[in-house]
Amino acid sequence: MADGEATRVDRLLDCRGKSCPGPVIELRKAVRHLDAGDVLEVLATDKGAVPDFTAWCEETGNTLLDWRDTNGVYTFHIRKDA
Amino acid sequence: MGSHTDLSSSMDERIAARVDALLSERLQSAIAEELSRQKKRHVRRLAIIASKGTLDFAYPPLILATAGAAMEWEVGIFFTFYGLNIIHKDKSKRLEVAPIGNPAMPMPMPMPQFVTALPGMVPMATTMIKSLFRQHNVETIDTLLASAVESGVRIIPCSMTADVFGYKATDFIEGAEDMCGAASFLRFAADADIQLFI
Repeated sequence: MADGEATRVDRLLDCRGKSCPGPVIELRKAVRHLDAGDVLEVLATDKGAVPDFTAWCEETGNTLLDWRDTNGVYTFHIRKDA
Repeated sequence: MGSHTDLSSSMDERIAARVDALLSERLQSAIAEELSRQKKRHVRRLAIIASKGTLDFAYPPLILATAGAAMEWEVGIFFTFYGLNIIHKDKSKRLEVAPIGNPAMPMPMPMPQFVTALPGMVPMATTMIKSLFRQHNVETIDTLLASAVESGVRIIPCSMTADVFGYKATDFIEGAEDMCGAASFLRFAADADIQLFI
């Protein structure tokens, strides 16, 4: 996705301050309440969040659309596909 | 006559090569399709044995179990020996960590191992580790246990060791299953993708 292009976000999840395995537990709960095709924006500060969310998406069949690191705060966009 | 035979045998070879190529192409796509179908259908299973009852060893089984459940895996933990304390209603609130025999444990100041055997060192180390975990936003054992139960992790107490330690079924947290023995858990673990002994 090009920089600055807005992603449609249906729901927000703030996992800042939570450490492993908190973010993936919260992620699963949040995604359960979404409809297929909905996009979740997740904020996290856990150092393992990028590999963990990538693994979580691959394992559950959902899609990690993009992520960025803003001074240690990670923002993810995850689309519910499964 | 000779040239006619050459022609037909070279035709045969070309036909055979083409058929082989087509067949292998079809087979490969069929196998790939079947594999992806199986991968989609297969629910992974994680079987953990939690055998230790100190605060530091209570974490790994619960963290791995809740992470597995978060990925929609089927997870079961067999709590045996001292690991039973992790799911004991009272004892799980008083898990401790012992610095003796653990030179890797971070201490506020360098100290020889024999000092760690002195009275008061266990509560001191426990307080220290708890505050370290709190500083780093690590969940408490209580919270992780609740998460595990809520996310469907099977909490399985070992009947033999519970009997040895004098624990009753009602001593274990809400959500714990009926106690069982090694054979029952091994059957669950036999079909697991991952088996861990902690």
